Amino acid sequence: MREMIKMVLVLTVITAVSGGILSVLKTSTEERIEGQILKFQKAPAIADIFDTATNDPLKDRFKILFEDEEITFFPGKLEDGSKAVAFEAKGGGFGGDVGLMVGIDLESDKIIKARVTTHSETPGIGSRIKDDPAAFLSQFAGMGFDSNFKTKNDGGDIDALSGATVTSKGVCIAAAQVKQLYLKLKPQILNKMK
Amino acid sequence: MAQSIAKEFTKGLWTEIAPFRIVLGLCPILAVTKTVENGIGMGLATTFVLVFSNFFVSLFRNIIPAKVRIPCFIVIIATFVTIVELLMQAYTYPLFLKLGIFIPLIVVNCIVLGRAEAFASKNAPHLSIADGLGMGIGFTLSLAVLSAVREVLGTGAITFYETPIVLFGPAFEPFTFMVEAPGAFVCLGLLLCFMNLIPKK
Repeated sequence: MREMIKMVLVLTVITAVSGGILSVLKTSTEERIEGQILKFQKAPAIADIFDTATNDPLKDRFKILFEDEEITFFPGKLEDGSKAVAFEAKGGGFGGDVGLMVGIDLESDKIIKARVTTHSETPGIGSRIKDDPAAFLSQFAGMGFDSNFKTKNDGGDIDALSGATVTSKGVCIAAAQVKQLYLKLKPQILNKMK
Repeated sequence: MAQSIAKEFTKGLWTEIAPFRIVLGLCPILAVTKTVENGIGMGLATTFVLVFSNFFVSLFRNIIPAKVRIPCFIVIIATFVTIVELLMQAYTYPLFLKLGIFIPLIVVNCIVLGRAEAFASKNAPHLSIADGLGMGIGFTLSLAVLSAVREVLGTGAITFYETPIVLFGPAFEPFTFMVEAPGAFVCLGLLLCFMNLIPKK
């Protein structure tokens, strides 16, 4: 019995202490990790979307709370004077979530460009979705939100990338999510960008 | 005393160098040795985990009941692996992206648990640190050697911080087999063969 109590006690103490250490470390590195993710994952996509921006979209970013989730928006002032906003949504692909960053023109409500930020799709197959934007992502450019973001097989407007149907569907789920968020949050976005 | 610290440290570097002499920890050694940078990064991460897990296992070796020692060791090891993972995410994010899943998998690297069970749970903390450091550096060296052979033959250059140091001229046709998975097995086999040609002492 004594041995039993000792076993339970020792294991509990060790687990509790290590849990405590980890939670302290997690909170203290959280901000820095967020910065690193921004720098290495989101920055390339944003630079690509807002290639003519006259401001720094990363620096001007703002957050809006929607259904208990903070969404980060990156505003862009383009060379021709128009205003745009970019934000990310996720959709389940073949190997996990696919992150899709979409830039939207605030006046015409049309997509400027869409780029994949993160994915864990099969290298050489699903990964083409990110590595070769001309093959798939380019078709989002210029689309409005009256489009149906589903693959043509599912009755939508998007041509799936051949050999990567599941990945294409993941991107479509993310795009549909972007559409839903944008339509709901547009007044708040405009308000923040004044 | 100083003699034995040195002895525990140096045994990991040559006579018991983990991957080549006792052939442990082959999963990461085959998976991440495509480039020298990845190899050394992985080696250093494992060294960090080894030193600290050895130290704490050794520190608590008289408190931990024998029947639950393995779960206790794993909790200690997993804690340090998570610490490494968070620190890498915070400070060396590109390397973290390249090593990916293999960082959390250090938990199940048999070298780490092997040293905790075979050495740290029976020896004093200072000896355990020396042992962990020696084993870790030996592991790092092995990864560096294997990845150097693979990267040089496979790409004709060594890349650090995205700047390639080209070793062979443009006439060199990269031996791409070496950077693929089967190349890792062949290369490791040849290195083991050379190690066995050299006597232990």
